[in-house]
Amino acid sequence: MSAISLRWRRSLLPWWFMAPALIWLIVFFAVPLFNQLNVSLMSGNADAGYHSTWAFHTYWDAIRTYHVQFLRSLEYAAIATVIDLIIAFPLAYFLAFRAGRWRNFLLLLVIMPFFVSYVLRTVAWQLILNDNGWVADRLRDIGLVSQHGRLLATSTAVITGIAYNFLPFMVLPLYVSLERMDRRLLEAATDLYASRVTAFRKVTVPLAIPGIFAGSLLCFIPACGDYVNAALLGTSRQYMIGNVVQSKYLDVLDYPTAAALSFILMLLILVGIALYGRVLGSRNLMEAAA
Amino acid sequence: MNARVRTWMLGIWSTAAILYLFIPIFIVVLFSFNDNRGRFNFTWNGFTLRHWAHPFRDPDLVTALRNSIEIGLLSTAVAVTLGTFLAMALVRYRFRGRGAIDLFVFLPMATPEVVMGAALLALFLVFNVSTGFVTILIAHVMFCLSYVVVTVRARLEGMDPHIEEAARDLGAGEMTTFWKVTLPMIAPGVAAAGVLAFALSVDDYVITSFNAGQTQTFPLFIFGATRQGVPAEVNVLATMLLIAVLLLMGLNVLLQRRLSRRDASGGGAEAVEEEPRPMVVTPAPSAAG
Repeated sequence: MSAISLRWRRSLLPWWFMAPALIWLIVFFAVPLFNQLNVSLMSGNADAGYHSTWAFHTYWDAIRTYHVQFLRSLEYAAIATVIDLIIAFPLAYFLAFRAGRWRNFLLLLVIMPFFVSYVLRTVAWQLILNDNGWVADRLRDIGLVSQHGRLLATSTAVITGIAYNFLPFMVLPLYVSLERMDRRLLEAATDLYASRVTAFRKVTVPLAIPGIFAGSLLCFIPACGDYVNAALLGTSRQYMIGNVVQSKYLDVLDYPTAAALSFILMLLILVGIALYGRVLGSRNLMEAAA
Repeated sequence: MNARVRTWMLGIWSTAAILYLFIPIFIVVLFSFNDNRGRFNFTWNGFTLRHWAHPFRDPDLVTALRNSIEIGLLSTAVAVTLGTFLAMALVRYRFRGRGAIDLFVFLPMATPEVVMGAALLALFLVFNVSTGFVTILIAHVMFCLSYVVVTVRARLEGMDPHIEEAARDLGAGEMTTFWKVTLPMIAPGVAAAGVLAFALSVDDYVITSFNAGQTQTFPLFIFGATRQGVPAEVNVLATMLLIAVLLLMGLNVLLQRRLSRRDASGGGAEAVEEEPRPMVVTPAPSAAG
């Protein structure tokens, strides 16, 4: 009898450790998500209040009205993620294999942007891409931007901002996965007469796939929901779904539509992650993670 | 292309990438010295130290900064405490549902901030909770928790469980073992988690904007100021924060170097091998989006 109760108490022990954090996450993360589903099905207006009515049409209306912003969010986030991957891979490779004793210092430089406020960094981009700024003038000189063309308030500006802000999130996981790699595998490949290019393609890249996956998600997910870049570097023609959700909640007080929009966004992202994992090969990922 | 040329190209590309990361930081610091005319601080007008002479002139800015630091410290304290216990349970115990908890803790990191912020606001609306300082604090603890768990966990997993067993064999109770053995050993992980949580909290804009009500924080103040021009004092304060963080990190490197040297002379086992590392923490999606 006492043995059973002792075993019971022992098996409860980890739950005591976890309880406070778990309760916090359940009450302030999980419950709000379900509640949002409930709110999205309400109808009414801001003055009279909202009631639960199972109003599924909100979803249709939301998609019909805002599919442009949805597609734009996915597009901007995807382009920015690809740009980041192109910039980050050589950098991460350099950090992992060639940086030597400079490595820690360079890593510090990579995370340095985190120590300057996110909003302020974006404001700095506003200044860099300014119509009368140095960058715009030079680009006009070489003809990349037309004489009266603008840099600011274009989708280029918004994508530049997004790519900039999430670049460290791509570099760090790539660096970790490359650094972990067993260099003897590369030696083995070249010993077996693989050219350097083949060795890179068949050994280095496949081993970096978990890093590519993690880095892409860390860029893509926050980029999809971002609205600071679009608000500061774009105009309403560059607005993303985050801008719509924000204004529906805080300005228009149209809670059901806002809730429906953010619910759709979450679904889209989950589906996206699943597809992406499938493309990169989930078995590959699982093995690499283990 | 020979190997040397390839290495050079790699080096040039990497330098360019790091410069790209640096441009806006450089601009922020540079324009804290700008002798700007009018409200806007957009074009370079000559060097001045006048903004550095009165960085705390704007009372609203000071309030916002104070709120940010208070919320940052409080939410860090709560998130680190709760998160460390959760990480310990996940690493030290094998129990049913462990995988599910693992996934659940990971979820907030995979959710866009705008969704979390909006969902939390909807909850507060339904229960008629008025938003302000406390609701910001609640939100910050919520999104910091996962990062704390991940960071502390990584440290715990690298730790030899036999040392704790040895302590218990030598007659230390659960509590003594925790305070005298486990905590000192995971302290670097806990410290890194703390720095990360504080950085996330102080810098958060999106979730905060949903749950702030009338309360201002530093990022909210900056965003709000963009329409009328961000005052140069903001650049001064941001530069100060940057310098403070860099000093702290330098101090941390020195401290670790000294510790590892002491361990080495005292005959510490692996500590000799260990390179002093700057506190490089896991990247944080919601520091941004």
